[in-house]
Amino acid sequence: MPAPTRRSLLTLACAGLLAIGLAACGGEEDGTSGTSATPASDKKITVYSGRSESLVKPLLEKFTQQSGITVEARYAATAAMASQLLEEGDKSPADVFFAQDAGALGAVAKKGMFAPLPNEVTGQVPESYRARGGEWVGVTARSRVLVYNPDLVPAAQLPASVFDLTGPAWKGKVGVAPTNASFQAFVTAIRVQHGDAKATEFLAGLKANDPQVRDGNAKIVEEVEAGTLAAGLVNHYYLGEIAKERGKTPETMKAKLHFFPNGDTGALVNVAGVGVLKKAAADPDVRAFVDYLLGAEAQAYFAEQTFEYPVIPGAAAPAYVPPLASLKVPAVDLNDLDQLEATIALIKSSGLVP
Amino acid sequence: MLLAFSVVAVGVALIPLVYLMVRTGEAGWARIAEELFTRRVLRLALNTLGLAAVVTTASVVLGVGAAFLVVRTDLPLRRTFAVLAALPLAVPTYIAAFAWVSTVEGFAGFWPAALVLTLCSYPYVYLPVAGALTAADPALEEVARSFGRGSWRTFLVILRRVRPAIVGGGLLVALYVLSDFGAVSILRADTFTRAIFIAFDLGFDRTGALVLSSVLVALTVLILAGETASRRTDARLASLGTVRRTPARIRLGWRRWPAVAALACLLALALGVTTVSLGHRLAQGASRPGTWDEVATAAGNSLLLSAAGAALTILLAVPLGLLVARVPGLLSGTLERLSYLSHALPGLVIGLSLVFFGINVVYPLYQTTALLALAYAALFLPLAAASVTGAAVHAPPVLEDVARSLGSGGLAVLRRVTLPLLLPGIGAGAALVFLTCMKELPTTLLLRPTGMDTLATELWSNTSVAAYAAAAPYAALLVLLSSVPTWLLTARTGILTKEDAS
Repeated sequence: MPAPTRRSLLTLACAGLLAIGLAACGGEEDGTSGTSATPASDKKITVYSGRSESLVKPLLEKFTQQSGITVEARYAATAAMASQLLEEGDKSPADVFFAQDAGALGAVAKKGMFAPLPNEVTGQVPESYRARGGEWVGVTARSRVLVYNPDLVPAAQLPASVFDLTGPAWKGKVGVAPTNASFQAFVTAIRVQHGDAKATEFLAGLKANDPQVRDGNAKIVEEVEAGTLAAGLVNHYYLGEIAKERGKTPETMKAKLHFFPNGDTGALVNVAGVGVLKKAAADPDVRAFVDYLLGAEAQAYFAEQTFEYPVIPGAAAPAYVPPLASLKVPAVDLNDLDQLEATIALIKSSGLVP
Repeated sequence: MLLAFSVVAVGVALIPLVYLMVRTGEAGWARIAEELFTRRVLRLALNTLGLAAVVTTASVVLGVGAAFLVVRTDLPLRRTFAVLAALPLAVPTYIAAFAWVSTVEGFAGFWPAALVLTLCSYPYVYLPVAGALTAADPALEEVARSFGRGSWRTFLVILRRVRPAIVGGGLLVALYVLSDFGAVSILRADTFTRAIFIAFDLGFDRTGALVLSSVLVALTVLILAGETASRRTDARLASLGTVRRTPARIRLGWRRWPAVAALACLLALALGVTTVSLGHRLAQGASRPGTWDEVATAAGNSLLLSAAGAALTILLAVPLGLLVARVPGLLSGTLERLSYLSHALPGLVIGLSLVFFGINVVYPLYQTTALLALAYAALFLPLAAASVTGAAVHAPPVLEDVARSLGSGGLAVLRRVTLPLLLPGIGAGAALVFLTCMKELPTTLLLRPTGMDTLATELWSNTSVAAYAAAAPYAALLVLLSSVPTWLLTARTGILTKEDAS
C-alpha cells in the first residue's frame, strides 16, 4: 500500500462519522454481520463489465444456461469501472474484470490486482493480444480506422498514414473523440512507436487543423454517414453497430472504412479482454467463464453481434471487414499501453480536451 | 437534541468531502500545485462561473416571468401552463442535451450548454417563486397601486416580496450547473465537472480529478458566500393580515397573445425538442427495446431506490431544517451551508468516495440500497432541508410552546404538533429529492447493488452503443414517472387552486 498511514487516517475519519451516524440510528445496522467471501465452486461469479450491458447480457445468459453458473454483473464505462476496482482494492467483490481496452486492464494489472492466468488459457490467444505475464487475456480485437464519406472524400485521396491528417487537405474535416479510451490508446501507441516528440507534434498538428471534436465514436460515425462530417478516427465496429440500429447491413451504409496500410500507427489493433482478480484465481466457476469467452460460441457471438474480431485462430471473422490476419498492424506491444500518465499529460496540454 | 441530529445529518453529507480532502492531501503539495496553478484551471474556473452566471440569470428571468404570468395575470389556459412550465424538471439534462445534439447540427459549446441547462433548470426558480407569489399577501402591492404607482413599479414591489424565493431558487440553479455532467459532456462545454470526468476517463487520473473537485468545492463556497451576503440585506416583510387572500389578477388585454406565444415557445424548446427527438429515434431505430418485463423491473428499481434515497434524506433533513428555522444563528447557519458542499460535487466523485467509505468502513453495506441511499442523502440533503426550513418558518413556534405548556412531553409535541406542521415541507422536499434521485446517473452506476438496473442506467447502457430505439422507452418512462413528483411540487405551490369556483 502506498500510503498506509493516510489511508488508515481516512478510514478512521470515516469511521468517526459513521460512529456518530450509528449512535443516532440506535444501532439499527448492528444486525448485519459481515459475510466472509470464500470462493469455492458455488456456481456464482461476479463480473465487472466495462462493456455495455446490451452487448454482454445476452452472452452471459447463454453462459448461465449452459453451465448453471449464475453471473452477477455490474456495468459501467471501462474507465469508471477500473477506477472503482482500484478504489476497492483487495476487498473488491469482483471476480472478473471485462474491459474495453488493454490500457485499463494494464492499469489494474499494474496494481497487482490480477492473478496470472494459466498457460493453457492464454496459450489459445496470439501473443500480441495478451499480457506478457498472463494477467489479462484479449477476448476480441478492434482496429482503429478512418471512417469516411465517399461523397466528401474520394477513395483516391485516402491518406496512407494517420499523420497525413494534420495536413492542409484535411483542415476542418476530421472528427476525433479525444476523451475516448480508444483514442488515448492510439496516442500511447504513437509514443511507443515513434516517441513522445512525434506524438506531441501530431496532437499539435491535429489541434491546429481545426479538428471536429466529438463526445464519442458513435456520434462521429453518424455524422459521417449523414455527410455533415467528411471523416473521423474511430474503432471499426461502430459502423456495424449503427447499421444494425438502422436495420441495415454495414455494406449498405454510406460511410466506408479505411484501414491504414503498412503498419501505420493509425491501424492500431486493441483488445477487449478479461483479467481475473486474485481472490478468484482458483475459482473453477471463474475459469469456466473465461474458457467460455474464448470458446467457439462466444467468439462467434462477438463477430456476429458486435462486429469485432475474434482472437481465437480459426473463428469466423465479422462480415464487411478484411480478415484480422490481413491487417497491417503497427508494431506496438499492447502491454505498453498501460503507461498512461504521460499520454494524458500530452492530450491535456494539446488543448484537445478541457 | 435537535443540534445533535443536525450534526449527524451534516456529518453524513460531508463524508465525500473528508475523502476528497484526505485523498487530495495524499498527492502532496508539489503534485497539487502542479495541477492547480495552470492556465487550464483558470480557464475552467472562468468557464464554470460564467456558465453558472448565465444559466442562473436566464433561469431567474424565465422562472420569474413564467411564475408571474401564471399566478398574477388572466393568462388563457393558465392552469395548463402552470403545470407544463414545471415539467422540464422531469427531464434529465443528458436526455435533453442528447435530443438537441441530434436535432440541431453542430450544436455544441458554451452557449448551447447554457441553453439546455437553462431549459432544464429554470423550474428551480419558477416553482418557489410561483409558490411565493401565490402565498404573498397582496396588501403591499395594493398600497403601492393606491399611491398611484404604475404597473411596472407595482411589479417591482412584488419582486421585492418574493426575493427570498428568487435567491433560493437561483442558488439551486447555480449549484446544479456546477455539478451537472450530462449537458456539459454531451455539448462539450469546458467546465470543471467535464474536466473531472475526463480526468477519470483519461487513464484514471484520480489526483487530477480530485484536485479539480477541490477547486469546485471552493467555487461552491464562493457562490454560497455570495448568496449569504445577499440574504442579509433582505428585510423581513410582515404579513399585514392573517387571512390568505387571492391577489387581483392583472388584465393582460391584447398582451395576452404575446404572453401565450412566449410561454408556448419556452415549452416548445424545453419539452417539444426532447419529445420529438425521442419519438424520431424510436421510429427510426431497429434495436430491440427491452421486453416489458425488463422495462417494468427497471422502473420498479428506479422507484425503490429513489424512495429509499428520499426517505433517508428526509430523515436527516427534518432536524437540520428545523434547527435552521427555530434556532437561527451562526452555528445553524454554518451547518446549513456545510450541507451544500457535497451538493455541488459531481456524482462520480461522490460515488467513488462512498465506494471507499463502503469498502473500508461499512463493508456489509457495500453495494446495497442502503449505501446508495446514503449517497443520495449526501448529494441532496440541502434540497430537502430547505423545504423543511421553509415550512418551519411558516409554522409559528408558539404552537409548540402552547402544547408544551399544556403538559405535553417533547416527543409528543414533535409527533402531534411539529411534524404535522412540517408535513407540507416534508412532502415537497421528498418529492424534489425523489425526482432528483430518479434522474441521477453517475453515483447510481457506481454504488447500485450488482445486477440492479434502473431506468437511468438502462438508458445509459443503450445509448452508449447507439441503440437509441431500445433506449427510448426507458427515457420516456423516466420522464413520465418523474413528472408525478413534479406535478406534486406544482400543486403544492397553490397555483392550481381554483379560486373562482368558490
